[in-house]
Amino acid sequence: MNIVITASGNSLESKFDMRFGRCTWFCVYNSVDKTTEFFENENKNINGGAGTKSAAKVAELGAKRVISGDFGPKAKSLLEKFNIQMIVLDDDDLSVENIVDNLKEL
Amino acid sequence: MKIAVASGKGGTGKTTVSVNLYYFIAKFWNQNVQLVDCDVEEPNDAFFFINRKLERSKSVFQMIPEIDTDKCTFCKKCAEWCEFNSITIVPNLKFAEVNASLCHSCGACIAACDFGAIREKEIPLGVISSFDTGIGKGMTEGRLEVGSAMQTMLIKKLKKEVTEKDCITILDAPPGTSCPVVETVSESDFVILVSEPTPFGLHDLKITVDLLNQLDIPFGVIINKAGLGSDEVYSFLNEKKIELLGVIPFRREYAGLYSSGKILDNISKDTENIYIEIIKKIKSRV
Repeated sequence: MNIVITASGNSLESKFDMRFGRCTWFCVYNSVDKTTEFFENENKNINGGAGTKSAAKVAELGAKRVISGDFGPKAKSLLEKFNIQMIVLDDDDLSVENIVDNLKEL
Repeated sequence: MKIAVASGKGGTGKTTVSVNLYYFIAKFWNQNVQLVDCDVEEPNDAFFFINRKLERSKSVFQMIPEIDTDKCTFCKKCAEWCEFNSITIVPNLKFAEVNASLCHSCGACIAACDFGAIREKEIPLGVISSFDTGIGKGMTEGRLEVGSAMQTMLIKKLKKEVTEKDCITILDAPPGTSCPVVETVSESDFVILVSEPTPFGLHDLKITVDLLNQLDIPFGVIINKAGLGSDEVYSFLNEKKIELLGVIPFRREYAGLYSSGKILDNISKDTENIYIEIIKKIKSRV
């Protein structure tokens, strides 16, 4: 299963990005082969609709779960339609690696 | 002729000034005057005309595109053309949808689609109502549909509705300096900025002055609630050589009259004189 984690950089040491629509990178963690891959968020600076664009991106990345700091109402309603589970983490000290390690233990 | 009343900061007295100007222009200058409430999120000018009679009322609509997923090939051309990022296409889920709260009804997506998969449907935008107030040519207001974010579109339709060439039109603007305000003041012959002598009033006045300079529309300033705050706003007007059209002193009783909708009852001689002077100055500018 693919799980998307919003990230502020494109490596495992990067900090977790608390923003969903305007995060800098999307880290895709594949829970079957335990690999990660990073995709840049090309919509992070658009005027409006960043949340819906990111929701679509997460769906295109084939995710079933997405981990971020919070989700705006428009993004939330789309992710619900896509049947993608939203997980809110309120801790901006975490690195992407910390979160991936926790997922590996599941 | 169009005269817009704007402020930047909310609660400085746009409605008070608009309603009074409308009343005093009809009384002392020209009966051919109308008032238009462009504060479509919370129009309240009509409250001050207790004996108003509703003359016309019509619902207006916004056209929102709908995507037929049976015809859609999920090519994303419409989403790329959309300036407002209102279209979500996810090919692997065969998902295509327009978010109505982001859509500005520009029609680009319909032009973009090569497969005839997009049609438009009407959704309510608001109601435009005209009232006989017994004063001049009456008043018109726009009232935005609850939940809609398309103030600017409604103001545009409202302005089209009331366009009368030889009439003095007073446009009561919404607060702020964003699109709805720009829409209200654009094509105006003159703008009256209502400010108050507080730090917030001055801060937002400066932003609004910048806006009007960029739009190249002549304007003057009325200071309302004078006596509160500081003299800083007067120094600003002096420094920028902006005309002070009038000064309305702060009075607690006046706020009471406003709250009970009675600012046009038993108008004091002082108030009348203030507006007579303001009208003189406006006449010399338009």
